[in-house]
Amino acid sequence: MPKVLEGVKVADFTWVMVGPMSIRYLADYGATVVHVESATHVDLLRTTPPYKNGVTGADRAGYFGQYNANKYGITLNLNHPKGVDVAKKLIAWADVVAESFTPGTMEKWGLGYEEIKKIKPDIIMYRTCMQGETGPHCHLPGTGVNLVGLTGFAHLCGWPDRDPAQPYGPYTDSIAPRFGVAALIAALDYRRRTGKGQLLDMSQFEAGVSFIAPTMLDYFVNHRVADRMGNHCPYAVPHNAYRCRGQDRWCTIAVFSDEEWQSFCQVIGNPLWSREPKFATFLSREENEDELDKLIEEWTITHTAEEVMNLMQEGEVAAGVVETIQDLYQDPQLKHRNHFWVINHREMGPFSYFGQACKLSRTPAQPRMPSPCLGEHTEHVCREILGMPEPEFDQLLIEGVFE
Amino acid sequence: MDLTDDKGFLCGRILGDLGADVIKVELPGGDPSRRIGPFYKDIPDPEKSLYWFAYNANKRGITLNIESEDGKEIFKKLAKKAHFVIESYPPGYMDSLALGYSSLSQINPAIILTSITPFGQTGPYAGYKASDIVEMGMCGLMYLCGDPDRPPVRISCPQAYLHAGADAAVGTMMAHYYREMNGQGQRVDVSIQEAVYMGTMNAPPFWELEQRILKRAGVRRTGLTAGVLQRQVWVCKDGNVNMPVYGGEVGIKTNRALARWMDDEGMADDFLRGIDWDNFDMARVDQKTWDHMERLLERFFLNHTKEELYNKGLSLGAMIYPVSTPKDIAESPQLEARKYWEQVEHPELGETITYPGAAVKASLTPMRIRKRAPLIGEHNQQVYKELGFSEEELITLKRGGII
Repeated sequence: MPKVLEGVKVADFTWVMVGPMSIRYLADYGATVVHVESATHVDLLRTTPPYKNGVTGADRAGYFGQYNANKYGITLNLNHPKGVDVAKKLIAWADVVAESFTPGTMEKWGLGYEEIKKIKPDIIMYRTCMQGETGPHCHLPGTGVNLVGLTGFAHLCGWPDRDPAQPYGPYTDSIAPRFGVAALIAALDYRRRTGKGQLLDMSQFEAGVSFIAPTMLDYFVNHRVADRMGNHCPYAVPHNAYRCRGQDRWCTIAVFSDEEWQSFCQVIGNPLWSREPKFATFLSREENEDELDKLIEEWTITHTAEEVMNLMQEGEVAAGVVETIQDLYQDPQLKHRNHFWVINHREMGPFSYFGQACKLSRTPAQPRMPSPCLGEHTEHVCREILGMPEPEFDQLLIEGVFE
Repeated sequence: MDLTDDKGFLCGRILGDLGADVIKVELPGGDPSRRIGPFYKDIPDPEKSLYWFAYNANKRGITLNIESEDGKEIFKKLAKKAHFVIESYPPGYMDSLALGYSSLSQINPAIILTSITPFGQTGPYAGYKASDIVEMGMCGLMYLCGDPDRPPVRISCPQAYLHAGADAAVGTMMAHYYREMNGQGQRVDVSIQEAVYMGTMNAPPFWELEQRILKRAGVRRTGLTAGVLQRQVWVCKDGNVNMPVYGGEVGIKTNRALARWMDDEGMADDFLRGIDWDNFDMARVDQKTWDHMERLLERFFLNHTKEELYNKGLSLGAMIYPVSTPKDIAESPQLEARKYWEQVEHPELGETITYPGAAVKASLTPMRIRKRAPLIGEHNQQVYKELGFSEEELITLKRGGII
């Protein structure tokens, strides 16, 4: 199968989440990616669970693994002047340089945009950090978990009578890469047409706000400060996760129109209460939503979540199992889509790397190699890609350049 | 040509931001997604949906009934000249009109057809109905969000379709890049379920590697630290702040600065003063120790506003982030300094509305909002005349309910 980005070369200095996630898209579509790490300041994701069989170890961390498949991995000490020299060789080789440090870090090493442009005039530099490369708050370090607070998602998740229930993990990190990569491909295309590279500055804060744009317009236009609503939806009722048979099992149901309400009632066997006037119209159902939810749960609790989903779907009502992480690996639809790429990893054994949500008919994203162990390809990259003679490599190794 | 409903708006919006001439194709009378709120000045009107505004800027708009024979012919004429067709109809619908990929690629071999559907074009769930809450449940994210004693929750503003639209933009740009080099178009089949899966982060491998099922933990942190169950969302004087306590290198600066600040205000005790932050490791903190720290922190945060905490944190380089409301985001000095917000004119409303701007600042090819979202059929005259239709023909097509 042909690869979209065959021949595109990426020097990837990113770490943790958004940077590696972004560059994984390029790697999946065929770019040659050299992912540069430090062996002393190890990537945070290599020291964050889960680990294979719960045993810690930089090469056993699935979190790091899943964002770094299809990449070569090298270690390089950028605080060593000769480490910076190797980085410059890598940049001279590359079409794209990516980094995700706190602003100023690359400059400290002499690897800012202006400097690397001197090495490679048509370079595309992809920079991403919390709040962008400029502005009064740009230097504050942070993680996606912090950004979930800053971008409003924590405020907008949970129950109105409770403290915010921040969405799981560094949620905004799943948003930002898409905006970045779309712009990155556009920049590659622009370079192909004009011969010109450029600098891309992607703020993860700003990307996150894109996903609450209607809420922001509501504020600017209507001066409304939106609040969290549990599972309430202003234009659907019933609309919730309903408890089903089993331990902490749930199924969502969402009913938008009167026709769907009729189908819904039919699926649950047209109980007497469903014909009461207080549930006859959308407005009355909304007014009595709490009572309605309790009555629905009396029915759902007698079925498994899968049964509720399938019965509702047969009646053309939107419903779905609230899948646990275990369910995901058995989900027949994800299986059908080959969502998981099982690749054998040296330390983790067979590991399921998620695949791409987009299936391209002619040039699909493809699994080629597992995520690298720390420094796994240092010698290969130096010798084969950078053409470094063996004595030079050995000398640099002794001097601690690859630490 | 963008035929999507709310399942796919963002894909075309991103291509439009990158400079493409995007034509939104709606049914005569307007897309039903125009009924999604919130609304301008709370007036429910298909021309006043803020959801529509937010994700259809940078598009022109035409109406076309593609189920009519004339509509099909017109669609094919447009497709002959188009680079992309983006659609979100149920699988098989476009084929049933003889407007599927096999037909379109005969007219225009370079065309890229991007289809965004709840679960993809084929597979056991391909025909299932979905909505935001259903997708949030079926991708595994929702089970991880919310308070442990209540049902799993979604994020209160719909997210699933945005993940899909943004991911589709990436896949579509990949196909574009290939087409520009090889002249060949292709099919891009996007599953919303798979796109939102990205939001589960490191959770799924907890099952695969450690056979643990993670659960929702409300204001507490789950899945990212090995040890205690720790609070990451705190109550302060006027709202909430977000501050997971990180051990190790990531946390040293924040922890030390915060402990000193607490001490300065008489809110530390001997225990807190005695902690050696250089060697502090959250993985080794027991629950009793953590509970003690948590009480000190709770008391301290309650004494301050979120602005005080964030501003002082900024000066100390301490990672204490506000849980922003939409108002806080609108007033962010950082976003202002970055000139993030864009003023978009809505002449028919006699108003200029503030919009979130581009998430990526591209040095040579900046993205900005060139035009607000289209009114129903706003560019019929323009687009159909570009296609060679006369005024008389347009009147006939309008009378026939085709445009």
